[in-house]
Amino acid sequence: MNIGWNRPAIRRDPGLTMGSDHDHPGDHHHPGTEEDITLSQPARRLLAMEELLVEKGVIGADDVRRVMDVIAARSPVDGARVVARAWMDPAFKLRLLEDPRAALAEVGYPPVSGSKLAVVENTERVHHLVVCSLCSCYPTSLLGPPPDWYKSFAYRSRAVVDPRGVMREFGLEFGEGVEVRVVDSAADLRYMVLPLRPEGTEGMAEEELVALVTRDSLVGVGVPNQPAVNP
Amino acid sequence: MRVLESMVDTHHRTPGYIKGRVGRVEALSGSFYDPEDRAYGGSGLPKRELYLIEFGMLSLWGLRYRGGEEDKLLVDIYEHWLEPAGDPAGPRVDHGF
Amino acid sequence: MNAVHDMGGLPSEQPIDRSEHHLMEWERRTGALVDVLREKRVINTDELRRGIEAIPPDEYRRLGYYERWSTSLEILLVEKGLLTKQEIDGRAATVGARWA
Repeated sequence: MNIGWNRPAIRRDPGLTMGSDHDHPGDHHHPGTEEDITLSQPARRLLAMEELLVEKGVIGADDVRRVMDVIAARSPVDGARVVARAWMDPAFKLRLLEDPRAALAEVGYPPVSGSKLAVVENTERVHHLVVCSLCSCYPTSLLGPPPDWYKSFAYRSRAVVDPRGVMREFGLEFGEGVEVRVVDSAADLRYMVLPLRPEGTEGMAEEELVALVTRDSLVGVGVPNQPAVNP
Repeated sequence: MRVLESMVDTHHRTPGYIKGRVGRVEALSGSFYDPEDRAYGGSGLPKRELYLIEFGMLSLWGLRYRGGEEDKLLVDIYEHWLEPAGDPAGPRVDHGF
Repeated sequence: MNAVHDMGGLPSEQPIDRSEHHLMEWERRTGALVDVLREKRVINTDELRRGIEAIPPDEYRRLGYYERWSTSLEILLVEKGLLTKQEIDGRAATVGARWA
C-alpha cells in the first residue's frame, strides 16, 4: 500500500525540490537521488499552517523546533530504564504500578501534563498486550512516538479479537496456561507493559538489564531478550 | 456493568465492539474531563469517572475467539457509558459488581 | 455501522506489516506543532480526535497517520477562526520551496 509518505528522511539540501505540482507522491523521481521527495497535500498544508501561525503570533518562531527536540530526546530506552529499576527494586515496582507518575518522578522523569501513564505487569501466568483500536494512543511522553505497525489498521482491528494470532506474527506464543489480557487504551490512560524479567538475569547490573528490554516488550508483542549464555 | 448500546455519531471514546456488552469493574482509573464535551470546545466539566472494565474474550467474541476461557479484554470506559448489568444475559457473561 | 475509526474487531486477516519508516521532517513537525498548540490551549486532544473522525471514510483510509493529523488540524484552526482555507491554499502552493 503506498500511503505516500513512507520515504527516506529528508536531507535538507538547499536544492531539494518540494512542493512541486505533483499531488501524488511517488510519481516524481530524480534518478539517482534517494532524497527525491514530493510532499503530499496534507504535508504541504501542515507546513503552510505552521508558517501562518508563526506570522500571526499564535505560536513563537522557535516553538516547533523546541518541542521537536523534546520529542526526539524520548525513546523506549527510557521505558527500559524504568523496567530495569522495577526488576531490581520490588518497592519501586509496587510504586510504579500504584502511582506511575510519582515513581517516574523519583527516577528523574518529570510529570508530563495531559494523559496519565499506567503500567500493567506481566507474570509467568499473565501476559498483557496494549492496543488503541480507536486511534493510536501510546505512552509517547515516555517512549517516544509509536512504531508504524502500532498505528496500522491491521493491528488496531485485530489485536482486540485475535491477540494470540497477532503475537504469533511477532514470534510470541503462549500456552493455555497463560492468561492473555489485551488493554484497549480508549480513554485518558496510556498503558505500558512491565515485562517479565527473563530467567538467568539474577545478579546482572541495572544497565545490563536495560539492554535486554525491547520496545516491543513494552507494548506486549515481544518479551525481553535473553541474556547471552556465555558472555 | 453493562456498556450502553447508544450509537451516537458524535465524538466518544467507547469502542463499538463492547457496546451493549457486560463486564466487571477491574479498577478505577481516575476522573477526567469529559471528551464528548471537550471535543466541541466545551470545558469538559463535570469530570467523569473512568472505569477499567474487564470482559471475557469468549463472551465478547464467541467462536471467533482463538484462545481460552482465561483471556480477557480491558477497556477504560467513562461512567456515563455504564449501567448496572442487572440480570446477566447468560452463563458466559462476567458478573457486574 | 461503526464509524471508520472504530475498527476494533473488524474482520481482518491482514498480516501486521512490521516494517517501520524513519519519520520525515514534516511528520515530526506535525507532532511538535500539535503539542505546541495543546500546550498553548489552542486545541486539545479531544478536538484533534474529533477532527480526525470527521474525515470521510475513504480519505481516512487513504491518508497516512500524520496526514490525518494535518487534516484535522486544518479543520480546527479554520473553525476557530485562526486561519482561513484561502490562506492555507495560498501558502501551501509555495511552502515547499521556502521550507527547503
